[in-house]
Amino acid sequence: MKDPYNVVITGVGGQGNVLASLLVGAVLVDKGYKVTIGETYGASQRGGSVMSHVRISRARQYGPLIPPGLADLVIALEPAEAARVLAQYGSEETVCVVNTRPVHPVDVISGNMEYPSLDALFQRIERLSQTAYMVGATEKALELGNPILSNIILIGAVCGLGLFPINTDDIEKAVRTYLSPDRVEMNRMAFLAGKQLAAGLNHCQN
Amino acid sequence: MSLLSLDAPGKEVLLMGNEAMARGAIEAGVRVAAAYPGNPSSEIIGSLADVAADLGIYVEWSVNEKVALEVAAAAAASGLNALVAMKQNGLNVAADFLLNLNLTGILGGLVLVVCDDPSGISSTNEQDTRIYAKLADLPLFEPGTFDEAKDMIKEAFALSRKIGTVCILRSVTRISHARGNVTLGPIPREKIKPFFDPNVRLMALPGAPSHVLVHQRLKQAQEMFESSRFNVYQGPETPELLLITCGAGYLFSQEAISLLGLANRVGLLKIGTTWPLPERMILGLLAKTSRALFVEEVDPVLENNIKELYADNNSRLPRIEFLGKKSGHVPDVGELSPGLVIQVLGKIMEAPWRPGNEERSRLAADTLQRFAPQRSLAFCAGCPHRASFWAIKNALALDGRHGILFGDIGCYSLAVLPTGFSQSKTLHAMGSGMGMASGFGVLDRLGSEQPSLAVCGDSTFYHAVIPALINGVHHSSNFLLIVLDNSATAMTGFQPHPGSPVNAAGLPAKPLLIEDICQSLGVKTVIHDPFDVSGTSLVLWELLQQKGPRVLILRQQCALVRGKKEGQRYRVSVDSRKCMGEECGCSRLCTRVFRCPGLRWNASTGKAEVDEAICTGCGVCADICPAGAIQKERQST
Repeated sequence: MKDPYNVVITGVGGQGNVLASLLVGAVLVDKGYKVTIGETYGASQRGGSVMSHVRISRARQYGPLIPPGLADLVIALEPAEAARVLAQYGSEETVCVVNTRPVHPVDVISGNMEYPSLDALFQRIERLSQTAYMVGATEKALELGNPILSNIILIGAVCGLGLFPINTDDIEKAVRTYLSPDRVEMNRMAFLAGKQLAAGLNHCQN
Repeated sequence: MSLLSLDAPGKEVLLMGNEAMARGAIEAGVRVAAAYPGNPSSEIIGSLADVAADLGIYVEWSVNEKVALEVAAAAAASGLNALVAMKQNGLNVAADFLLNLNLTGILGGLVLVVCDDPSGISSTNEQDTRIYAKLADLPLFEPGTFDEAKDMIKEAFALSRKIGTVCILRSVTRISHARGNVTLGPIPREKIKPFFDPNVRLMALPGAPSHVLVHQRLKQAQEMFESSRFNVYQGPETPELLLITCGAGYLFSQEAISLLGLANRVGLLKIGTTWPLPERMILGLLAKTSRALFVEEVDPVLENNIKELYADNNSRLPRIEFLGKKSGHVPDVGELSPGLVIQVLGKIMEAPWRPGNEERSRLAADTLQRFAPQRSLAFCAGCPHRASFWAIKNALALDGRHGILFGDIGCYSLAVLPTGFSQSKTLHAMGSGMGMASGFGVLDRLGSEQPSLAVCGDSTFYHAVIPALINGVHHSSNFLLIVLDNSATAMTGFQPHPGSPVNAAGLPAKPLLIEDICQSLGVKTVIHDPFDVSGTSLVLWELLQQKGPRVLILRQQCALVRGKKEGQRYRVSVDSRKCMGEECGCSRLCTRVFRCPGLRWNASTGKAEVDEAICTGCGVCADICPAGAIQKERQST
């Protein structure tokens, strides 16, 4: 991994990006890295744009926010949020892994605004990044019985693509420590499902 | 097992800034901790509560910040180490006590953590706590890293005990709500017995005889701060520019200097003890430069205090150009970011960073405009507040006398926005809605014909609404107080409050019911379920036709708690044969007006649909649809 390795995990409030960043960060601290995580979220518990900036280094403790244009990896739980983050923090070098399921903002629901067409949105995401991987994480999560698992499925996909040095045992341990032992099995299943999705992925490389 | 109570000195763990402060308190042998929740401070006491039983610490969510500080002061008066935490607005509530406690001093150790919210990310203001430290003549610490957040708490307790006064630690969102590596220290095991020496008096007397002592204590703190390890200079012997920073500005500035390649030209002075200032150390560095730049959140506090120090010593110092908020080089509102610091420093030092790729900038701007629709603040899917404000909107419209709804602090503050149908007309401080409603409700004596309504949440009711309610009752004001009781301090993470049957540590506590309190004041009190939307509108309308003080409690659990506890109450779906779309005449009531995030408008079919990944199954929208197209089917739980 590049040092520092700058990762943005983004999505919509309620999708579990904070938890995903916590688990990833905890595993990497255990492996001897200095990890800093900055969260940006608004006043609402749900529905707003949210980002976790995860900064990973062997050398030093970085600040909790990534300077513009310096994200190496963008993990997006929602495609429009992927575009938003790539525009602000991405560069031609940025790799991104994107959950394809849109979450409509209230302004779209109310008809004051339109959600971009998915084809055009995916094309834009690909154009803004070096490599873009599209993952149907929410569909897989609904299949497993709970949409909240999308975050761990997506992290599983990222690890399956070899973008994080994290394996199933690591995630299990982090879930046990930071969540609760009774949630280990469900999250292990989600992580493995994500890894499997990664194995079958076609990506678009610029 | 919680990392907070992990007894493994030397181990590095990932902690949130707030957890690091809680761990610091544990390592300092804290015995009592109290707070009223408020972001970005809530996790300090929240995480201590999780390990309270294990470590023999008394932890409470107090009714408000002033009482929290008083609870902690009683422990400190009894020789213990006590921690109290709050957000910046909370300090205003506690300030009356603080500005007398500073005069009396304390006997044990008392550390007050205040977490500021630059840019007001989850606050109504972005006030700077540091001005209180100067006002109260109290020592002030500001951590710049997560490890420091922990260590400063320990140091603040040591200083507090040594000089006998409250020490303030000011954090900001980017420390409190960020995470980083923290190296654990040992946890002390000895427990002293609380004892308030009856020979001691802690009195703030008229004539302020203690003011002299306050200044003496501050002088002692200053002497210790001169050699504090929290004040660090990194850079050349004689820097072209001395960058002076604190708090979250530290790591941002460090990275900016490195990215711009300015390590040989710019010196970085990070001050961790920002009041009183380590004057000799600062003067020594000012003597070696001709330009100084201040990077701090939010007000120019370091900037003003250091300029004052410079003025007092200018005969012995070179001519210095000071750059910062006053000179217009740094914005004087809002929080800092690495991008901002890079931009400011790069411009001053004429050091360009990553010459812009014009095509990429154009693409980025176009993306933000066309592919990243804004996400306005909104109530969660299934939030009972949406149903409550829908009923309030209907009742006020039916009443037709232009009733005014005074808003308050909580998730339901959002009712000033379209998500709450813009029903609240004011938003200030905790309890202010009821206070203003009390005042508006007496204006009928001066000719006003508008009904007076206030809204508050359950936790806010206990925090600051009760005195305002008593005021209204005593003065026979004509008002309707609507308590949105979702059985939790929802906005800050579901902490219990005096109406809860449990305390911070999860142990049984005496619940004080809102209806009992209101009825004890002789106020007509009605309770209703806001999910019965038409029934609620009717009850509201009837109450609006009456005079005198009235209370309506709209009771329904927060959707986030309900979802976790009982899963989905209903399976909700849209019968596409019944939904007539744009042809209906309802003008898309469910999506355009009610606008629950669990609903979607399918532009291609021209009909509403339910997003099954988001809907929480409250079933309210089924009662709103005039065509009966939204179906709800009871789920077995």
